[in-house]
Amino acid sequence: MIRAELKRMAEEERQRQERLFCRIMVCAGTPCLSAGALPVLEALREAVAESRLDAGIEAVGTGCMGPCSRGPLVKVRIRGKETVYERVTPELARQILFSVVKGRRPPTVAALPPELPFFARQMKVVLANSGSINPERIEEYAASGGYSALSHALHEMTPEEVCREISTSGLRGRGGAGYPTGVKWNLARKAPGERKYVVANGDEGDPGAYMDRSVMESDPHRVLEGMALAGYAIGAEQGFIYVRGEYYLAGRRLEAAIRDAERKGLLGSRVLGSNFNFRIDIRTGAGAFVCGEETSLMASIMGKRGQPWHRPPYPAQRGLWGSPTLINNVETLAAVPVVIGRGADWFAGVGTARSKGTKVYALSGQVETTGLIEVPMGTTLREVVFEIGGGIPSGKQFKAAQTGGPSGGSIPAEHLDTPLDYESLEAIGTIMGSGGLIIMDETSCMPDVASFFLDFCRDESCGKCVPCRVGTIEMHRLLRRITSGTATMDDLYRLEELCDLVGATSLCGLGMTAPNPVVSTLRYFRAEYEAHIRERRCPAGACSIEPLPPGPEGPELLHAAGAPEEAD
Amino acid sequence: MPVITLSIDDELVSGRADESLLQVIREHGITLPTLCHMEGLSERGGCRLCIVEVEGAARPLPACTTPAREGMVVRTDTERLRRYRRMIVELMLAERNHYCAVCVSIGNCELQRVAAALGVDHVRYEYLSPRLSMDLSHDRFGIDHNRCILCTRCVRVCDEVEGVHTWDISGRGVRSRIIADLNHPWGTSDSCTSCGKCVQVCPTGALFTKGVVVGEMVKDPGMLLRVLEGREKKEWAG
Repeated sequence: MIRAELKRMAEEERQRQERLFCRIMVCAGTPCLSAGALPVLEALREAVAESRLDAGIEAVGTGCMGPCSRGPLVKVRIRGKETVYERVTPELARQILFSVVKGRRPPTVAALPPELPFFARQMKVVLANSGSINPERIEEYAASGGYSALSHALHEMTPEEVCREISTSGLRGRGGAGYPTGVKWNLARKAPGERKYVVANGDEGDPGAYMDRSVMESDPHRVLEGMALAGYAIGAEQGFIYVRGEYYLAGRRLEAAIRDAERKGLLGSRVLGSNFNFRIDIRTGAGAFVCGEETSLMASIMGKRGQPWHRPPYPAQRGLWGSPTLINNVETLAAVPVVIGRGADWFAGVGTARSKGTKVYALSGQVETTGLIEVPMGTTLREVVFEIGGGIPSGKQFKAAQTGGPSGGSIPAEHLDTPLDYESLEAIGTIMGSGGLIIMDETSCMPDVASFFLDFCRDESCGKCVPCRVGTIEMHRLLRRITSGTATMDDLYRLEELCDLVGATSLCGLGMTAPNPVVSTLRYFRAEYEAHIRERRCPAGACSIEPLPPGPEGPELLHAAGAPEEAD
Repeated sequence: MPVITLSIDDELVSGRADESLLQVIREHGITLPTLCHMEGLSERGGCRLCIVEVEGAARPLPACTTPAREGMVVRTDTERLRRYRRMIVELMLAERNHYCAVCVSIGNCELQRVAAALGVDHVRYEYLSPRLSMDLSHDRFGIDHNRCILCTRCVRVCDEVEGVHTWDISGRGVRSRIIADLNHPWGTSDSCTSCGKCVQVCPTGALFTKGVVVGEMVKDPGMLLRVLEGREKKEWAG
């Protein structure tokens, strides 16, 4: 496919959609599918066929629309005007369709008001197409302007210019560390090497986070286009997208997207008639949190045990099979077509002075509406929780928000007005991380929350280095003693000492950040820890204060599954 | 290779640009404790005992996997490092069963030696005491998982020097176990050549020769370098 053909495909699709009288979109993202979106979509398709209006009405499955706790969601678009319905059943879907067919106003019973702050306060850049295009049709992505950034870059920009554009935009890594993307791209571009690789990190394991999954499910071509742009910029001809094994739907849609893009000449040899060749392959992880760490991820791609190795050398110097490798998070790469398409200055105009653009968050926990949101960097936590999220349910009080998953920390109520950007979050002792945002109300016990995250880290430790392998398990045991009211102040001291050790001496990011939930809850909620220890009570009323059962936590924890271990 | 200059414990020392910090530090006559490092094998950086403080680095760095660089300012023996090393050894001791009194390697054990050198006279953490088995199915050798510290010297020597890769690790985190082939009894392994290199490089009593008394269970850490040197010089080329 050459440039003109891409334009023609986009134009034809736009005209086709304009000819439609009504387009009904059903959210076919994982949360809505598990809430029963598939029968809704089938009911709609049947009803469209029965009404013999297939030419004028189209029912399609799309990616995530946002308010996941209100799913299954259905969006009806009639002549540019959109209405979103929540908790749609197949029966309600049929009613909506028939009222549309008969020219009546669709029922308003389950309709979400258009001025709902959940929608009105967001700014969708990376998620611009999520929930409005069918992720399984390349034509719809092209119609929304897809692949035009790649076409522009290939024909009118040099690789240096693409890198410079990314640098100027101020885009930073959305995987957590916030490393400047332009700097990383330039490092990879300048690194000597015949062969280079681009890797999209789609392994996301934080409890409560699903930003990358939604982007891959809802708009797979955007990720592919971002990867191709990265490949052109650094001189790579091969890309890998590393998808978490649990993300079956994302993997399937990406696979179809790659096939379609290759067929249309948007990937593969001589992309869009240029001299640029780029191939993308999918690698599926088996579901290890540590494989989100870049060196473990590369080990896993190369078919080795998913364990980290020491940096330097950094992947940009020596990565996959010893060649320079550029690793970016899925969300970072998904922002790239926007940066190139709309220009670095436009992108840099959004956000704060040092954190540019928008950020996708997975809002979960004790908040009225949970789901996927995208807001400009610098939006305050209060706006996110109380306006977009609709506040805390059942009239309870906000207690804390955990950002950045197990590697992050908690933000107490006194910091509700903190802008969500890299610097402000760091200043109060937490991180943005990849964008998991768990809201907790007054019934959450902070030592118990810390224990939950430590439990996760302990299970996910790869076992390569001693501080992480044994340190996290000892820390979790101390936390369990605290939450069961059997700890002494000496245990608290030992816990703090272990936090210091594990954070300072672990090999990779998993271990280095494992103590963060403990450190940050101790910083703001130390009194709760002390109440458990000194007064043997849980101020939040969440922990049952009773003596721990004696001895180890049980053989299942310490024994590998299936290993002939027990010696009697 | 170009020669570089760096400062170690306030003394200027020289090294080569392709050396690791550990090599430079040891050449300079400073003892750094290590358990997973072994000359002749690839570096693992897992035991974290050889950590040193490097000026400009936020965290202590393991000397074995950190390349030596021109102008580095390194400290190998600060109070903080000693404390961390003691805690790491305590964690190792708490992880499995390391009762020296009933171990075949008592007196010839690297873990025991490191613990004594660091002054670890008691463990403040809860012993995990997993009940692990011994695999005595091999004719000449045995493996006692209770003594294993997962340094993977056996895995590396088997893969990199003997070239058969009988040993590997299964599981992750604290559930990690050394396994033979696809988790079969060692004695039934088709790949094992019974060369015994793994037994010689094991720092503890986890891998041992059957039928020897405690006093005889002396390992020969120089074996590996002799093998590698002999190969280099083609001593056994037929």
